[in-house]
Amino acid sequence: MKSPARPAAGPPPHPTLRSLTRVLPLTPATVLLLLFLAGPIAYCAYIAFTDLQLTGQAEDSFIGFDNFRTAFGDEAFLNAVWLTLVFTVISALIGQNTLGLALAALMQRASKPVRTLVGGIVVTAWVLPEVVAGFLLYAFFRREGTLNAILDWLHLPTQNWLYTLPILAVSFANVWRGTAFSMLVYSAALNEIPKEITEAAEVDGAGGWRRMWHITLPMIRRSIGTNLMLITLQTLSVFGLIWVMTRGGPSGKSQTLPLFMYEEAFQKSMIGYGTAVALLLLVVGSLFSTIYLRLLRTEV
Amino acid sequence: MNTRNTRTPASRRTVRHRLAADIGLLVVAATFVLPLAWVILSSVDPQANLTVKLPDGVTLDNFDAVLTPEITFTPLLNSLLLCGGGTALTVVCAALAAYPLSRFRSRLNRPFLLTILFATSLPITAIMVPVYALFVQVNLIDTMQGTIFFFAASQLPFAIWLMKNFMDGVPKELEEAAWTDGASSLQSLLRVVLPLMGPGVAVVTVFSFVMMWGNFFVPFMLLLTPEQMPAAVSINEFFGNRGTVIYGQLAAFSVIYSTPVILLYVGVARRLGGGFALGGAVKG
Repeated sequence: MKSPARPAAGPPPHPTLRSLTRVLPLTPATVLLLLFLAGPIAYCAYIAFTDLQLTGQAEDSFIGFDNFRTAFGDEAFLNAVWLTLVFTVISALIGQNTLGLALAALMQRASKPVRTLVGGIVVTAWVLPEVVAGFLLYAFFRREGTLNAILDWLHLPTQNWLYTLPILAVSFANVWRGTAFSMLVYSAALNEIPKEITEAAEVDGAGGWRRMWHITLPMIRRSIGTNLMLITLQTLSVFGLIWVMTRGGPSGKSQTLPLFMYEEAFQKSMIGYGTAVALLLLVVGSLFSTIYLRLLRTEV
Repeated sequence: MNTRNTRTPASRRTVRHRLAADIGLLVVAATFVLPLAWVILSSVDPQANLTVKLPDGVTLDNFDAVLTPEITFTPLLNSLLLCGGGTALTVVCAALAAYPLSRFRSRLNRPFLLTILFATSLPITAIMVPVYALFVQVNLIDTMQGTIFFFAASQLPFAIWLMKNFMDGVPKELEEAAWTDGASSLQSLLRVVLPLMGPGVAVVTVFSFVMMWGNFFVPFMLLLTPEQMPAAVSINEFFGNRGTVIYGQLAAFSVIYSTPVILLYVGVARRLGGGFALGGAVKG
């Protein structure tokens, strides 16, 4: 951050007035953040320890760690944890990250029209509203959808993807929708590598893969770190995409933690329990967020 | 390219590499384009189904059918109110907050900025259940203003962060000149700083708007009456209880609903390009 560090020369001249102009502009944002973001998070931490239900109960009572104990004994919860893990690893860490890097690397060499065209298509998938993206991929994976039509045309076996492999289908959907982010991050990182370094390696006879492995990747490792962190966090909170495609089904086979949370809290009216799950998700998110801050430590 | 005339081995290799890269990219793009092609082709196809295919004849009937107050105009107007209100609130609050953070040195800055940065990457989805419970208690559930407030709060951390980075780019000398002429801080923010960072403000505005426009979970949780639903939620109606889905109309509606954000994004894409965009924070 290159904020000028000189003391303010101009108004307001009066000391108390001055400190007022420094704090006052922060107030609207701070109030909004406290009321609508910090407030709910604190409330989340409270009701996660109660048995709050949606209806038919006069008062909620404090039940300590019961919700968490229930969770870790609940097969549906463990299933959701496992699926969240699978979804995050396949779609974010492997899918978006690798494909994004590959696209960015190829773009360094590709001709300009191809670069513009491909970049435009990938970014469009990213800008589309979540629900629309969900429908497009739903149509793609349905039994009578495009994927099966192509497989059929190639004389390959078809199947009802959303029924047999729902978690893979939604993972692919998340790759389709989210890859643009990694692609843009890596394009920016690759553009910052001085040309001389790669050229020198080329003169020394290093092939493409070796250059990638020994020079490019080490040089962009900070971008890799921040990118992995951010796409993990984004993927942890995906709801609409999966909701539209499978509703978490069939029988929980694509039910990641956000969908599990929603079902417990609203379809089964167990707000307390649902919130306990939300709190766990928040804690995991905060851990990643903290690591991310450490990676950026030198920047602020 | 004048490689044609100077066919050294090196330049030939470059051409070969470029060709390989082009082919690789186009193959990936082909898989990306299929779902997009489906929605565009189906929207003008009188017999649209779930497979990508060229329509037998092009028709605008699907658009005609969905362009009614109930299906399209009311939800889009709701979206506009929600996202417009949320964006306005976000941009005003972010601009005000960014000013002291960028202009004055204070012990508060660093903790404030770190908290903001921490909040940018929290999974907001996780707090929707407690937000719902809280909104029920304070009677904000099923209100436009409640949803707008939450939209603004959820977008603020990132908006403040972006705004501060843009503001840092405006030289302080210009403002000092205004101060000498007797302008107050607020005046210099409004008359000098913000106009100079116009493109930056545009990026924050468009980005906030696009994020809210596409958001499904927030209005899905916080709004209950169908008349208030934005397009992000009302699109579910196509899969409603009526059983058969008219895919052509669903596609037409998707096109109408998506076009504004794509156009807006294209409008600021040049400024958004590069690494800063996505994070403001994503500086590797």
